[in-house]
This record gives sequence, C-alpha cells and structure tokens, in this order.
Amino acid sequence: MNVPNPDKLKKIEIQEYDNLLQQIKPKPAIFTNCVWAFTVGGLICMLAQIIQNYLLSTGMSKIDASSITSVTMIFLGALFTGIGIYDELGKKAGAGTIVPITGFANAIVASAMEFKREGYVFGVGARLFSVAGPTLVFGFAVAVLIGLIKVFFTS
Amino acid sequence: MGSIFMAFLIGGALCLIGQLIMDFTKPAVTPGHILVGYITAGAVLSGLGLYQPLVDIGGTGATIPLSGFGHLLTQGTLKAVEQKGILGALSGGAEAAAAGITAAIVFGYIIAVIFNPKG
Repeated sequence: MNVPNPDKLKKIEIQEYDNLLQQIKPKPAIFTNCVWAFTVGGLICMLAQIIQNYLLSTGMSKIDASSITSVTMIFLGALFTGIGIYDELGKKAGAGTIVPITGFANAIVASAMEFKREGYVFGVGARLFSVAGPTLVFGFAVAVLIGLIKVFFTS
Repeated sequence: MGSIFMAFLIGGALCLIGQLIMDFTKPAVTPGHILVGYITAGAVLSGLGLYQPLVDIGGTGATIPLSGFGHLLTQGTLKAVEQKGILGALSGGAEAAAAGITAAIVFGYIIAVIFNPKG
C-alpha cells in the first residue's frame, strides 16, 4: 500500500515528457526543416537548369526547351514517387519536395496509387485529381481573370 | 555555370518560404494548400509583372516551382488576349501549359497503375 498510484505516476511522466518536448523540439526542428527544404528544393531546380541548358545548347527555342524541361521533371517526379523514393525524401525535405513541379507530379501519383482498389477508372482515374484538381482550378481561374482584366482595360 | 547556381539559390529560396509557411501554420496548411497557394501566387505576381524578373534571375529556379506554372498560365493568357481578345483569355492558359498538364495526367496515370504504394 506504500506504492504510489501507478496512474498518477504515469501522468507525471507524461507531463514531464511534454514539458521537455516543448523546450527542445520546435526551434531546432524548424531550422533543420528549412535547411533541408532549401537544399533539396534548390538541387531539384538545379537539375532542371542543367537539362534546360543542355536543350538550349542544341539550338532549341527557349519556350520549347522550357516545356521539355518541365515535362522531364514531371516524369521524374512521377517515377520516383512510384518507386517510393520521393516520399521518403519528402519526409525530410518537406516543402523542398512539394513546391517544385516534381511535387505536383508526386501529389498526382501518390493519391492515385492509394485508391487502386477502387478501380482503374473511378479509383486511379478520379483520385489523380484530388490535389491536382484544386491546383489547376485556382491557377486557371486567376489566369482567366487577369486575361479578362486586360481585355477590359485595352478595349 | 552561373545559371545553374542561380537556379539552386532562387529555387531553394522559394522552397524555404514554403517550409516556413508550413512550419508556422502547422497543421492548418497541408502540402495541397502549398501547391494551390503557389500556383495562385505565381499567377497573380505574373499579372502584376513581378514574376518575370525572378525568372530572368533564377531561370528554372523560378519556373520549376509551382509558382512558375502559375506564371506560365498568366503569360499564356495575356499573350493570347493580345491576339484574339476575349477568346484568348479562355484559350491562352491551357495552350501554354498543355504539355505540362498532359504529361502530368498521362505519366501520372501510367505510373500509378504500374507501381503500388509502399507499406
């Protein structure tokens, strides 16, 4: 009967652990997250620039080179998501893997893969757009709005 | 060599901003919000003429982040408006982004069918 209530002990331990976590966790996590995001995001853009510089050196027009670079990066993002490497990298790199267009490809493939059991039409085919859909909706909506503003002010 | 370094710097900086937004708004802002936010911000900044200078400095460091995709949509729209007026406002964005969107859909579908999620 001298033994302290184990439930109470547990509560104190949890409290202490939380306090410790609050002290230690936030700041260093944000700093390392940022270093990872900057480095990985930068490297992805750097790879794209290497591809684009090569295409430009073959005499390709700037618009075509830029298009093929984007398409190549989308393909790589999709492929590495399929293999399972991209999401592993994403756990550390965070926004460094989300913000580049490879992250757009990642969002498409990752959500589509998850819903394969719902079929290839309304599973994979529909879930492909669970993140890409809203992204395109807002992108197009803003672009059309800006276009209409220009029409309005030039006429 | 300079263009490659600048792509690293500008691309890295844009990703760093995204990471800061996510870390300071946890857990309200998801990766999906980041994608939507970046394409919207890119399209708006492009319309104000503020994104092209970033592309001139950073090359793919500015075009590969999703804000660059928004920039592409807006510039495609504005160019088409000059040629075709109001029809261009509707057709320009999709025309400019056609290759990227088609690639994302087709590659995305094929790869999602071939591979299975881990774990």
